[in-house]
Amino acid sequence: MLDDFMIRASLGGIGVALAAAPLGCFIVWRRMAYFGEATAHAALLGIALSLTFEFSVFLGAILVALIMASLVTLYEGRSLFLDTLLGVAGHSAIAAGLVIVSFISGIRIDLMAYLIGDILAVSRLDLILIWAGAGIILSLIIWRWSALLLVTLNEDLAAANGFNPKKESFILTVSLAIVVAVGIKVVGVLLIIAMLIIPAASARTISSTPEAMGIVASLIGVSSAILGLNAAYIFDTPTGPSIVCIASTFFLISILIRAFFNSRNNF
Amino acid sequence: MTLLAVTDLSVRYGKNIALQNMNLSLSAGEIVTIVGPNGSGKTTLFKAIIGSTPLSSGKVKLKPNIKIGYVPQQLNIDATLPITVERFFKLAQKIDNNSYEKALEIMGSKDLLNSQMSTLSGGELQRVLLSRALIDEPDLLLLDEATRGLDQPGAAAFYRKIESIRNDTGCAILMISHDLHVVMGASDRVICLNGHICCQGAPDSVASSPEYKALFGSDVDGTFALYKHNHDHSHHSENKPL
Repeated sequence: MLDDFMIRASLGGIGVALAAAPLGCFIVWRRMAYFGEATAHAALLGIALSLTFEFSVFLGAILVALIMASLVTLYEGRSLFLDTLLGVAGHSAIAAGLVIVSFISGIRIDLMAYLIGDILAVSRLDLILIWAGAGIILSLIIWRWSALLLVTLNEDLAAANGFNPKKESFILTVSLAIVVAVGIKVVGVLLIIAMLIIPAASARTISSTPEAMGIVASLIGVSSAILGLNAAYIFDTPTGPSIVCIASTFFLISILIRAFFNSRNNF
Repeated sequence: MTLLAVTDLSVRYGKNIALQNMNLSLSAGEIVTIVGPNGSGKTTLFKAIIGSTPLSSGKVKLKPNIKIGYVPQQLNIDATLPITVERFFKLAQKIDNNSYEKALEIMGSKDLLNSQMSTLSGGELQRVLLSRALIDEPDLLLLDEATRGLDQPGAAAFYRKIESIRNDTGCAILMISHDLHVVMGASDRVICLNGHICCQGAPDSVASSPEYKALFGSDVDGTFALYKHNHDHSHHSENKPL
């Protein structure tokens, strides 16, 4: 059954959506979108290094993403220029990655596959990595859910309740690096942040608890993956961008729903 | 019974000294207020007590198994985070029905329970934060500028509430405040902080001490006079370097 590329692609897409959506809620709540983007850009440098020195692309991406995310987490709160620093680091990483790749002679490397993903080429090994990553992230987030929420609301409040804010934040940092690495095959480094943020943003309108928002975001993410994959198959469009377009459509619908209810409440 | 003993505490952030040689001890039932200008290390002291900042030297000793209720200045609630007051109360702490009811009384209205946190007004949020801190029946209550955003009558009512909580539960209360004149009446002891302890003691003696005047003199003379007395003289030490 796993021989069918569409089934492998669907499983890959669902795995990434499940890993990304609940984490995406925290990224949105903590206003870390730019941080996530810089981490994803850093992954491209990891990919370039792994291609140059011929080791696993997954490993290269996760290592550099983790280093980037950890450095930023350490630096957080110590600088007023965090936004600027993130921009500098993220874009420097992506530029360095592109330059390094241009040095690799021999087989011409199809960078587009890493930038926007190549879900139809998902292998069995990729599937194992994706689902292992999703499993780790979901377990971590479910296990630390309350503590993470409290740290998000106020770090000192969490500390007074006996939690270590730095440790809890690091869980999100590690999860982010994993999502970026497992998402490369599916949607690529340019669009992985979309899989984090758009389902979470769409879920906000119809959720009144943080748990509901996490679950609805996951459902929207999974639906986007399946619908986007099929749309790409039918219309012969690139899969990663198609998945993100479907997610954006969900977001538009959620805005319309909110506008509808707001106007009704006014009467 | 001593709940908290801070000895020779210093905290540095890089080259900046936030707190130097701070000593403080707090017993059950005491209300102690910390006043000081911005950047005087008030919040750093709180962070050291709850263990969220590394100590450069010195010790912070808490009674074993102490329960700390912390009331922060504000929350980082992004509008994208849907969470009701009730869910916030039950977040990461166990609820004992008896103390929960009492904490809800502090909040005033149970109607707030189903409100979304991001829609609360400043006064409502302060009551919610205080109520949450009380749910677990703390031995020590830490208030970090808890009356920020309240008007003067609101702040005065808030401090009366703090006093009655102390009388009911016997917990110790350590608070940071800028409402100098209002807060002093409610305190057993006032500590004037500016990186180190400038002066401390009963509210009246601190208010009339030259160190206090040097720190706050020009700022609070007008408002302070409304509550205490008119200054028809000047202190020689007014311009004394700290």
